[in-house]
Amino acid sequence: MRNPVADVIVGIKPSGIRKFFDIVTEMNDKDVISLGVGEPDFDTPWHIRDEGIYSLEKGKSHYTANTGLVELRKEICNYIKRSQGIDYDFAKEVLVTVGGSEAIDIGLRAMCNPGDEVIIPQPSYVSYEPCALLTGAVPVVIDLKEENEFRLTAEELRAAITPKTKVLILPFPNNPTGAIMEKKDLEAIRDVIIENDLYVMSDEIYAELTYKEKHVSIASLPGMKERTILINGFSKAYAMTGWRLGYACGPEVIIKQMTKIHQYCIMCAPTTSQYAAVEALKNGDKDVEEMRMEYNRRRRFLLNAFNEMGVKVFEPYGAFYIFPCIKEFGMTSEEFAERFLKEMKVAAVPGTAFGNSGEGFLRISYAYSLEKLREAMRRFAIFVEKLRSEQK
Amino acid sequence: MKMEEELLAIIEKNSRIDLKELAVILGVAEIDVVNALQKMEEEGIVCGYHTMINWEKTSIEKVTALIEVRVTPQRGQGFDNIAERIYKYPEVQSVYLISGGYDLLVTLEGKTLREVSSFVSDKLSTLDTVLSTATHFILKKYKDHGTILNLKTEDEREIVTP
Repeated sequence: MRNPVADVIVGIKPSGIRKFFDIVTEMNDKDVISLGVGEPDFDTPWHIRDEGIYSLEKGKSHYTANTGLVELRKEICNYIKRSQGIDYDFAKEVLVTVGGSEAIDIGLRAMCNPGDEVIIPQPSYVSYEPCALLTGAVPVVIDLKEENEFRLTAEELRAAITPKTKVLILPFPNNPTGAIMEKKDLEAIRDVIIENDLYVMSDEIYAELTYKEKHVSIASLPGMKERTILINGFSKAYAMTGWRLGYACGPEVIIKQMTKIHQYCIMCAPTTSQYAAVEALKNGDKDVEEMRMEYNRRRRFLLNAFNEMGVKVFEPYGAFYIFPCIKEFGMTSEEFAERFLKEMKVAAVPGTAFGNSGEGFLRISYAYSLEKLREAMRRFAIFVEKLRSEQK
Repeated sequence: MKMEEELLAIIEKNSRIDLKELAVILGVAEIDVVNALQKMEEEGIVCGYHTMINWEKTSIEKVTALIEVRVTPQRGQGFDNIAERIYKYPEVQSVYLISGGYDLLVTLEGKTLREVSSFVSDKLSTLDTVLSTATHFILKKYKDHGTILNLKTEDEREIVTP
C-alpha cells in the first residue's frame, strides 16, 4: 500500500505544548494548579453573548458574505481607525476569519511561493512555522534575546535577511514572553523592511492588552500600510476564544487572494460569532478596560513575587504572560517544568514549546484569579528554596 | 482611572485583601494605600467593611421583605424626617427614596414571616405620615451586591493551551 499521508505534514513536529499537556493529563490530579492556559479566564461579557443568542432567535443562521458581515467589517474599520489611526476600506481591505489562526494560515498561503523565506522571531506562538512550511516556504528563525526584553532589533532583522526573504512575522504583544514593540522599536526596523522590500504579517491579537502605553501597529508607520497584513481578533480582548473569530486587514491585492482561499476552504466565519462581535466592537470598550486593569494587577503581583524570590525576570508589558528565567537552577525548561509539576503540582509551560530560544525560561500565564496566582507563587517560592538548597 | 477609584473598586469586592498586596497590584507604595484608605474612611466614602453571607446555607432562619411605602412629605423636611423615623429601627436594612409610584423602599429582615408582618402593621403603617404600604417577601436570592450566590466556579478551560 502507498503511504497514505503527505511528507510535508509528517515532517512537521507536533506542538511542544501537546507533550506537556499529555504529562499533565496523565497525572490526573485535582490539586494541580495550572498556569498553562493561553486564553482569558473571564467569560465573554454577557451583553456580547446575549447578542449572539438574540441573533439565533431572529433566525440569523445562514452564511454571511465570504468576507464577513458588512456591519462587522465597518465596525472593524472604525475600531482600527480610532485605535491606530489607519484607514481601511471595509469593502476591499478587510476579511473576517475563523480566529486569528486562519488569517495567519491563509495570509501566508496568499503571499508565499515555494522557496520564499519567512522570518519568524521566537519565542512566539506555535503556528507560524508549520503554516509557513505547509506553503512550501522556508521558515527562518530569529532567536530573540532576553537582554533586549525579547524585542526584535534592526540588527537581528538585517542579519536574517537573504535575497529570498519575503515575509516578516511580527508577533507583538508577544505570547509567550509578554514582550511588546514600542513605536521607537518599530521605527527602528521599518527602514530595514522597506529597503529589503519585505511584507509584514503583524499578529496583533493581544493589541488591547498592553500595560505601558497603548499598542502601536507597524501598519500605522509611514509606508507600512501597503506592506502589512494586520491580524487581530476577538479572542483575547473580549474573552471570546470559543467563538473563533478574527480578521485580517491589508492591501487589497493580498486580501483578494486570501479571500479566494477563505471562500473555497471556509466559506465564511461563524455567523453567530459575527453578530456577537459587532456588539463587542460597538459596546465592549468598558469590558476590555476592566479586564485589562485586572490583568495589570495580576501582572504586578507576579512581577513582585518573582522579584521577592530573587528569580530573574524582565517586566512584561503585554499579553497575559510573564517569562521568568530559570537558568540559575541548572535544568532545562522541560526538566524544570516537569519537576515543578510533579513536586509542587503547578503546571507552567516550558519556554522551549515556543522555540529553542525559550530555553531557560518558563511561560507563566496570568489568565487566572489572584487567589490562584497567590497559591501558585507560594508553591513556586517553596520550590525555589528547595532547588537552591539542593545546589549548595 | 485614579488610584483611589481603582482601590475602591477592588475593596468593594474584597475588603479583606492584604494591604501590602493591595499596594503591589495598584503599583504604589503601601503608605499611599494606607493614607488613601484612612482619608476615605474619614470622609465617609468608605463606610464599612462588611461580609457577604448566604444565610440560606446556614441553619439560621431569616425572612427578608421589600416594602413599598407611600408617605406625605412634610413641609420644610421633605422625606428626611420620615425616612429617619424608619431607618432607626434596627430590623430595617435599608431605606431608599424612590422615583415613581411610591416614595420609600424599605428592606427589612426578620426571623419569621409573623415578625415582619407585625413590624409593618404595628410600627410602619401606624406612623402619621405613612399613607400606605405594600410588602413583598423575598423567596430566593440569586444575586446580591453584584455577587451571584451558588455560582459554580469550575474552570472550563483545557489545562494547557498554546
